[in-house]
Amino acid sequence: MNAILRDFVQSFLTFLERVGLLVRFALRLFAILPSALLRVRPIIEQVYNTGAMSLVIIMTCGLFVGMVLGLQGYDLLTRFGSEEYLGTATAVSLLRELGPVVTALLFAGRAGTALAAELGLMRATDQIAAMEIMAVDPMRRVVLPRFLGGVIAMPLLVSIFIVVGLFGAQLVGVELFGVDSGSFWSQMRSSVELGDIREGLVKGVVFGVACSLIAVYEGYNAMPTAEGVGRATTRTVVISAVVTLILDYILSALML
Amino acid sequence: MDSGKIVFSGLDIEIGRGAVTAIMGPSGTGKTTLLKLITGQVGADRGQVVVDGHDVARLNRKQIFALRRRMGMLFQNGALLTDLDVFENVAFPLREHTRLPERLIRTIVLTKLHAVGLRGAASLYPQQLSGGMGRRVALARAIVMDPEILIYDEPFAGLDPISMGVVLRLIRSLNDALGITSIVVTHDVREISQIADMSFIIAEGKVVASGTTAELRDHPSPIVHQFVDGLADGPVPFHYPAAEYHEQLLGGKVFA
Repeated sequence: MNAILRDFVQSFLTFLERVGLLVRFALRLFAILPSALLRVRPIIEQVYNTGAMSLVIIMTCGLFVGMVLGLQGYDLLTRFGSEEYLGTATAVSLLRELGPVVTALLFAGRAGTALAAELGLMRATDQIAAMEIMAVDPMRRVVLPRFLGGVIAMPLLVSIFIVVGLFGAQLVGVELFGVDSGSFWSQMRSSVELGDIREGLVKGVVFGVACSLIAVYEGYNAMPTAEGVGRATTRTVVISAVVTLILDYILSALML
Repeated sequence: MDSGKIVFSGLDIEIGRGAVTAIMGPSGTGKTTLLKLITGQVGADRGQVVVDGHDVARLNRKQIFALRRRMGMLFQNGALLTDLDVFENVAFPLREHTRLPERLIRTIVLTKLHAVGLRGAASLYPQQLSGGMGRRVALARAIVMDPEILIYDEPFAGLDPISMGVVLRLIRSLNDALGITSIVVTHDVREISQIADMSFIIAEGKVVASGTTAELRDHPSPIVHQFVDGLADGPVPFHYPAAEYHEQLLGGKVFA
């Protein structure tokens, strides 16, 4: 029993230490933020790398998530004879939950792992050390643009995911099952509030900060070996997914 | 270091200005650590590292960066930035530290690439270079800011004889042409002895021998003899410490 307790305390302390290191890393990142904003080009490049390169997967998944919503929503709503609310139901669930959450999970899998692996490899091949020797701060030159690229890209990806998702729901609901197109869109427009859209965007920004931070932190601090880089990418996905879902609950509760 | 192992104890090395100084020793004697001490990447628990009159450990981050701008370093594997082509890799320190006009940057970079014989490879990416070429590009990058000190970490590791000869000649000619102080960490005794003005052999945390090539060749110490002549067994044993051979074969413990 004592051993179990000791193990538990030990892992809790390790957890706290990790969180502390992450916070310290984030503070350093924010401290150099103003000076890095002056150099726009690397940030735009990273928005392209993390954002544009994730477009295909985001749009494909958005389409299918929307189509599933159309399918299930139609099935459920016809039981109550209120299929004209399909537009509202899909819009609200996409805007408030599925859009930001699924985008963040996909982002962690696509862009987050790419970031972590890239930074980890840069560490493993001495590129980070070489910059330090050249008196260039790698945090400023490498880490920050990647972090900002992710933060900027995420809300954009969330928006695209939601729009494509709505298209998918419309495809199934209106085109396939014959829900009246006019009521689909007009019900949506009359019942979706600005607050719903805001919730989606706020979540997008928060998840963007969290997922990008985790990815650059894990990559930058990876052990400089093949195994270390592999572990960093795995941890990026796992931690990002867990943190996203926890943050999602907290944000939902706060914004209800 | 991290493992609590003492890497150096009682190490005393003086490196002459304008000379090629070789630092040799068996693998794992901390040669790379010594370079990290000189560049301020790690600190010593005790003792001093003085570079051009500055005690490296007493410098703050800004002063260390200022000192590093006067140093160039060639990493074991080149450590070229993989997302930039050869030209941009060499231009990198100039772009980071100076506000020179584009035309001047172009001239400087081409001059340095010409010096290492790779002016024609300016548009290639690091992945397209052979090991020897990569190291020469890294050398061009190391001298682009006209450093006063040039540090080479295992510059010959993994090179074919021709590339090795090229790098060897470059080290000497750059040293003489630019008036640089060169520090070469290596275990390729035969190669470095052709160009070194002064050599130190490090083993077990201290200097076991120092002098010119000729002095080392006639050195009485058995460990120097073993190292210079490349003998498999001697003061540095061939066998990793183990239990008695016959006891182990007759069913004793596997681990000593």
